Amino acid sequence: MKAWLIVLLLIFQGVTNADCLTRGTGDMGIIIERASGSVLVIDTSAHKILSRIEGLGDLSHASAVYSRDERYAYVFGRDGGLTKIDILCGKLVKRVVQGGNSIGGAISQDGSLIAVSNYVPGGVKVFSSADLSLVADIPATKTDKGKGSKTVGLVDAPGQKFVFALYDTGETWILDMKHPAKPVLTKFTDTGRLPYDGLITPDGRYYINGLFGEDGLALLDLWHPEKGLHRILDHYGKGEQQLPVYKMPHLEGWAVAGNQAFLPAVGHHEVLVVNTKSWKESGRVPVYGQPVFVMARPDGRQLWVNFAFPNNDTVQIIDSETLKVIKTLKTGKGTLHMEFTPRGEEVWISVRDKDEIQIYDTESMTLKKRLKAQKPSGIFFTDRAHRTGL
Amino acid sequence: MLPAHAVGTLKPEFLNLSLGMIRVGLTILMASIFASCHTASAHAELVSDRQAELLYLLKHDCGSCHGMRLEGGLGPALTSSRLQPQSVETLAMTILQGRPGTPMPPWHPFMSEEEAKWLASQLKKGITP
Repeated sequence: MKAWLIVLLLIFQGVTNADCLTRGTGDMGIIIERASGSVLVIDTSAHKILSRIEGLGDLSHASAVYSRDERYAYVFGRDGGLTKIDILCGKLVKRVVQGGNSIGGAISQDGSLIAVSNYVPGGVKVFSSADLSLVADIPATKTDKGKGSKTVGLVDAPGQKFVFALYDTGETWILDMKHPAKPVLTKFTDTGRLPYDGLITPDGRYYINGLFGEDGLALLDLWHPEKGLHRILDHYGKGEQQLPVYKMPHLEGWAVAGNQAFLPAVGHHEVLVVNTKSWKESGRVPVYGQPVFVMARPDGRQLWVNFAFPNNDTVQIIDSETLKVIKTLKTGKGTLHMEFTPRGEEVWISVRDKDEIQIYDTESMTLKKRLKAQKPSGIFFTDRAHRTGL
Repeated sequence: MLPAHAVGTLKPEFLNLSLGMIRVGLTILMASIFASCHTASAHAELVSDRQAELLYLLKHDCGSCHGMRLEGGLGPALTSSRLQPQSVETLAMTILQGRPGTPMPPWHPFMSEEEAKWLASQLKKGITP
């Protein structure tokens, strides 16, 4: 009798442990723990860690997108792993190793498809967001060494499209997945040398490639793809010695304030300011190091910038009106990523070497709270679910 | 209101944290054992702390392009088999001078020639930092 009770108790406990949180997810998010292959699920209102999900493989370069119901996150790992996690239940739902070495992914406009871009083998694979079954395999152009070009800068675009760039062969491709069984590709082969990342404007109209192999950026108007790519800011960096780049900048997100956009300058200690009407340079802000992320507070009033090694112990805040650095924060070595809460009153910053997340009040620009995390890198809040390109 | 299990899920986290600390401790210990084995060799001037620093740099900063497991990313894999055809000297030169025309930057501002050679020899042996 006693033994039965114990068994029943154990079963009951098992059931409660398998239980999931009953709450909305709008103030939740995940933090990548890059060295341990795990993800923390956090609450941005309570400043709390809710759970840790393990077994996601090599997350040394990882990013994530959300299902449109903001319950599931899809995490893209360096080892080609694509993992679907349930943030309410704090558990891994499914994991597939879809490539040898991947760099990022995107979710389609309607939320039904997940696309992953791969370094090895080059190309993009598209999966069902429901069960991660393969829907389409799009191999990249082969390089002269016979390998598929690395694909980078993959984003979603309106009309069930994905846009990405081919690093080795200097191309930009639009992948139309309206009819999943019949993917349609539109290729632009004149992107420029070594496009290293791409971004799309929040309205989903303009796609821009950053170029490592030459000055300037390549712009594609998705309302008028027939007009092709054209080069913008092609004078920047001309005649100036480019500094060695110890970490490639990221163009994830689009730092826009009014009609100005802010971009990291490759190989320069500068943030570039671009007029989004004319696509001409409208200023440069000298900063502490080579910028990695330039992130606009959701209201566009401030830009928070972090830097490449060996200056990755600092964050600077730029006033978008005066284009001046208004604050320099010594966050600590290995400051890797920043994420604003949906309406921007706080920013969460991951500091790898301190094994912590620092939460700052963006109005006073002061530290509010620290949370423990193992070698944290990317921070992704659920409001990304409803933003094109994120 | 959080369900009761939310508190429960925190427990493994603390366990992981302490495991993480043990792991870090072990890494340091192993690095120092490794270092002490090495003090007798040609790289005697490299103290164990510096070796640990270099391995950390390899894992996290080189790792941002070559992958934290050195299996490749934007930059090629740095596995033992792939590096076999190259001498320690050539590899050290690549580390120090970078590779013009590619994103590989020169690391000479951050390490000496001896240190680059030590790192190159570790890579050829096939380490997982």
